[in-house]
Amino acid sequence: MNWNDIVHVIGFPLKIRMVETLLFRRLNLKLFLLLIPALLFFFVFVIFPVFKALHTSFFEDDGINPPSWVGLSNWETVLRSRDIYHSLWLTVEVMILCWVVQTPLSLLLGLFLSKERRSTNILSVFYFTPLLFSAAVVGIAWGYILNPNFGLLAAILTKVFGVSTVPDLLGNPRVVIFTLVAVISWQFIPFHTLLYQSGARSIPAALYEAAELDGVNAWTRLWHITIPQMKNTIITSSVLILTGSLTYFDLIFVLTNGGPGDASNVIALEMYKTAFQQYQFGLGSVVAIIMTIFGLLLSLVLVKVTGFSRMESQMEGV
Amino acid sequence: MNPSIATDRTHQPSRLPKLKLKLSTVIVAILAIVWLLFSFYPIFYIMFSSFHDQKGFLIGNIWLPPADPTIKNYVDVINAGFVRFFLNSAFVSVISVLCIVTFSLMASFVLVNVKTATSRSILNLFLVALAIPIQALIIPIYTMVYRANLYDNLWGIILPSIAFGLPLTILILVNFLRDIPSSLYEAMIIDGVGEYSLLYHLVIPLSIPALFAVGIYQFIQVWNNFLFPLVLTQSENKRLLPLAVFAFVGEHSVNVPGIMAAVVLSALPLILGYIFSRKYLLAAMSAAMAVSK
Repeated sequence: MNWNDIVHVIGFPLKIRMVETLLFRRLNLKLFLLLIPALLFFFVFVIFPVFKALHTSFFEDDGINPPSWVGLSNWETVLRSRDIYHSLWLTVEVMILCWVVQTPLSLLLGLFLSKERRSTNILSVFYFTPLLFSAAVVGIAWGYILNPNFGLLAAILTKVFGVSTVPDLLGNPRVVIFTLVAVISWQFIPFHTLLYQSGARSIPAALYEAAELDGVNAWTRLWHITIPQMKNTIITSSVLILTGSLTYFDLIFVLTNGGPGDASNVIALEMYKTAFQQYQFGLGSVVAIIMTIFGLLLSLVLVKVTGFSRMESQMEGV
Repeated sequence: MNPSIATDRTHQPSRLPKLKLKLSTVIVAILAIVWLLFSFYPIFYIMFSSFHDQKGFLIGNIWLPPADPTIKNYVDVINAGFVRFFLNSAFVSVISVLCIVTFSLMASFVLVNVKTATSRSILNLFLVALAIPIQALIIPIYTMVYRANLYDNLWGIILPSIAFGLPLTILILVNFLRDIPSSLYEAMIIDGVGEYSLLYHLVIPLSIPALFAVGIYQFIQVWNNFLFPLVLTQSENKRLLPLAVFAFVGEHSVNVPGIMAAVVLSALPLILGYIFSRKYLLAAMSAAMAVSK
């Protein structure tokens, strides 16, 4: 993995344009002083903790007593238990389901809202409202909506559809993941719709006019003009969904706390519980590092699959 | 901009209704309404539940606003200390955002305009940091904050929040500052203007819109943060809003209308921002995207 690759992966979706407008040839003292606050905060709270986490993973540490060196034993404990593989697998499952649900819906909604009409303008006011609430609060509200005894879903199912037994969508270990994906999608589809909307608006109208002259139907226009033209947006949105899935914590913590049992115990929750509920900082740090490595590998795979770095260099050539 | 003016302008002079409705139009309209119900109805439900009394909530019609709306739930929530939590959240968010934006602007100015290997490496380091999830570093951050005697102190949340806001803000601003034409800089440098007044008199005035956009974006991030307050605070009077709503649920789990009022209050700045300048808020929310074009 070379340095450029890392930067391309991580820098996604932010592309740094290489325009030469450089004024100063040297970093003099006056300029360096301007860098100091940012560097100080960044090194103390981001760079140092990375090494600190690696360090802690070799200690037994309960946060109260002085840590004691235990070598690789934390790593052995974590890697030999089934929990870590279970939570990694759940994370992958959430990731794939989120992508499968969110991408087509956001794409269609984005295209639908990209046309400036009175009806779509009014609809978009309502479509984007889920963005206003924090993930934790969305979790709380949905917990009550899905409550099988007095929630909104129960009321709709019994009063409108005449269903007698309301399913417990959060209490059933077989469906809990699907329920969580639905709630996560409810919250994040508006964001991705926003991305697709602006992507669709930047497609030159001339392309569609030409297609219309040739008598091309809507389906062909979608496959041969819209989707190829929105390739960058699709890749950006997909990468954000896939890498973001690794960090869903607030919503799952609030809605299920990883349950029932460990049916929704994704990796971020596994880390939190190990460290802050069982007070095993050494073991928790091992999980945190596995999470980081998993994220880097994922980003690397995404670069290989989407050919992002190549695409970027092509764009710079334009 | 006033939304009513915007809709008036798009209003077309009425034509005779077309007799033939296309099938595809009907399907699109039905799907649009289904999605409207799925995406907005939960919010509508949260809003009107918060004006129900307990009994009205259980027996009321789920499709209609309460017949006799009450603001008692909001009074209850405010009496449960929500003014304090609101001020805590505002304090943490405002200080964090001011520092994030100031420090990022200073750093971006240097990183854009200095042509050395060092400045390139620093920029790359900020880029790499974007891949590090907050969760992966929460254990060492907890230990550090605890050792620094900042546990259960709002400053213990502010300091790491600043650090985590920097990378994205710097990258957005670096992209923005690159677009300032170099002729503007050169004209001022020929006049013998120094580094700091270049920043103050040229860069800051030109980047005000970008600073506002990233500022709003980071404000939302800090305001909605749940993990830092959860791990780094303990006492009730140090709670921030999302955590306060969570704690309120723990104490009043059967008072659903009260909880819904707490949910609405926790998002108040964003709801107001959405009502008064929707386009601007949405643009700021996708600020991270603006640079990828």
